[in-house]
Amino acid sequence: MKALEFRNVSFSYGKDAFAIRNLNFSVEEGEFVAVLGHNGSGKSTLARLSDGLLEADGGEIFALGMPVEQKNLYEVRKNVGIVFQNPDNQAVASIVEDDVAFGAENVGLPREEIGKRIDFALKAVGMETHRHATISRLSGGQKQRVAIAGVLALKPKVMILDESTAMLDPRGRREITDVVLRLNKEEHITVVLITHFLEEALLADRAVVMNKGEIVMEGTPADIFSRHEELLTYNLALPRIGQICKGLREGGIPVGDTLDVEKLAEEIAQCVSSRSI
Amino acid sequence: MKDVSFGQYYPVKSFVHNMDPRLKLLFLIAYIVAIFLARNFYGLAACLVVLLLAIAFSRVPILKVLRAIRGVLFLVLFTAVINAFFRTGETVYWQYGILCVSKEGIVFSAFLVCRLILLVTCSSMLTYTTTPVSLTDGIESLLKPLTWIKIPVHILADVMSIALRMIPVLMEETERIRSAQKARGGDIEGGGLIKKIRAVVPILVPLILSAFRRADELGDAMDARCYMASKKRTKYKKLRFTWRDLIGFFVGAALITGVVLFNVYEAFLWLPV
Repeated sequence: MKALEFRNVSFSYGKDAFAIRNLNFSVEEGEFVAVLGHNGSGKSTLARLSDGLLEADGGEIFALGMPVEQKNLYEVRKNVGIVFQNPDNQAVASIVEDDVAFGAENVGLPREEIGKRIDFALKAVGMETHRHATISRLSGGQKQRVAIAGVLALKPKVMILDESTAMLDPRGRREITDVVLRLNKEEHITVVLITHFLEEALLADRAVVMNKGEIVMEGTPADIFSRHEELLTYNLALPRIGQICKGLREGGIPVGDTLDVEKLAEEIAQCVSSRSI
Repeated sequence: MKDVSFGQYYPVKSFVHNMDPRLKLLFLIAYIVAIFLARNFYGLAACLVVLLLAIAFSRVPILKVLRAIRGVLFLVLFTAVINAFFRTGETVYWQYGILCVSKEGIVFSAFLVCRLILLVTCSSMLTYTTTPVSLTDGIESLLKPLTWIKIPVHILADVMSIALRMIPVLMEETERIRSAQKARGGDIEGGGLIKKIRAVVPILVPLILSAFRRADELGDAMDARCYMASKKRTKYKKLRFTWRDLIGFFVGAALITGVVLFNVYEAFLWLPV
């Protein structure tokens, strides 16, 4: 079964301004997909449509086989969680454990079960020692990890991160991507990571590039990164390592496109040694 | 984050922190009644003793408690000045038109100031020792009878807890906007009263706009986590009246009753005036 499926979906905010245009897109269960795109490419709209926060103008959307529509919203939202961008605009309660409990309370779980869910969720994001902390005193990365825990407490099968790292510093970003990768590998949660940081897409099984409401590129992260000229036309800058590869080639050192630092070092070493002989 | 102490939870473990929020709310109301029953400094002193005991058992540093006064400093000064200058009495020190400084006026204004400070500190003690969530749970539980006349108490409680949660966020935002306006050469500080009021506008407008935007996003985040106002929710933290609360009830009730009785019958006691 597909975790998410968009069939010919369109959505517009205004009259002619299409945010999403005839989109066909699907995510397999257990997959880790990165959705890349510049501002206004429609990638956040994609997240909101998946959860029924926005209603599509045309086409069909399925989450875990269920059509995303008014009468299913509750079930859909139990299974598809979204972590949003701003760490300050997601927490409902002031204390970590109270906020994590919010979703579980909403679906009417018994008290003991909520307690277990909080334990599980905070442990999964590595915040178990902050259980009684005041959220406003945490760092951005920690706040986002609490937000992830709040979603996890509902035990969703799919988790969408809608630019959840955009407002964080590099360290906070690393905290989030580490957690997400682990959730995907260990808890087998399907992950859709929406971002404009290309390097974050490296973690994914598959990357999709959006531009003006359409999917314009699709493939493994390595494949996508090797098409840098194309990426630039969509206003996406290469990650540092890609820029280095490109620079080296232009400087006359014929290295291939790689995302692995070790591998690049080896290639450089080979080139240099073969030339000195 | 310098001025956000009022209305903020102070996270330590103590007897007062663990008390049932309903009990604390009822005590606060009774205590405020006791303060208003006090007719002179003896009465206020009796109230102060109770407050100090509560502070001692809450393990909240006394300086932190006093900081709550800063938020109402203007009100305190205003009260003091108005009452000190506009009240006539037997012993008049200075008079000019309707302005009059008398011994009675000064004593009375000091009395009002003390009362105001007691009111503010005791209220802030409630928020220092009670998390917003348990506070709203307490209010919700106390207001439960209102559901009989179809008032959606649980929704009101949710609204309140979110409002409390947003206080520090908006405080930080205010500070950020203020800095941003200053950095662009905005004249925020100094000047007369009119100028000061004018200076608030460039801070207030972006603040309100961003509050709306935040509300929108928070609404989405709540929806995404299956919030439905009409649906019955369970509660992770259930309020339970424990034996500790029973002790707290007897101690607190005895103290407050004592103060109330003292304030009512104090006129019959032999105390130097």
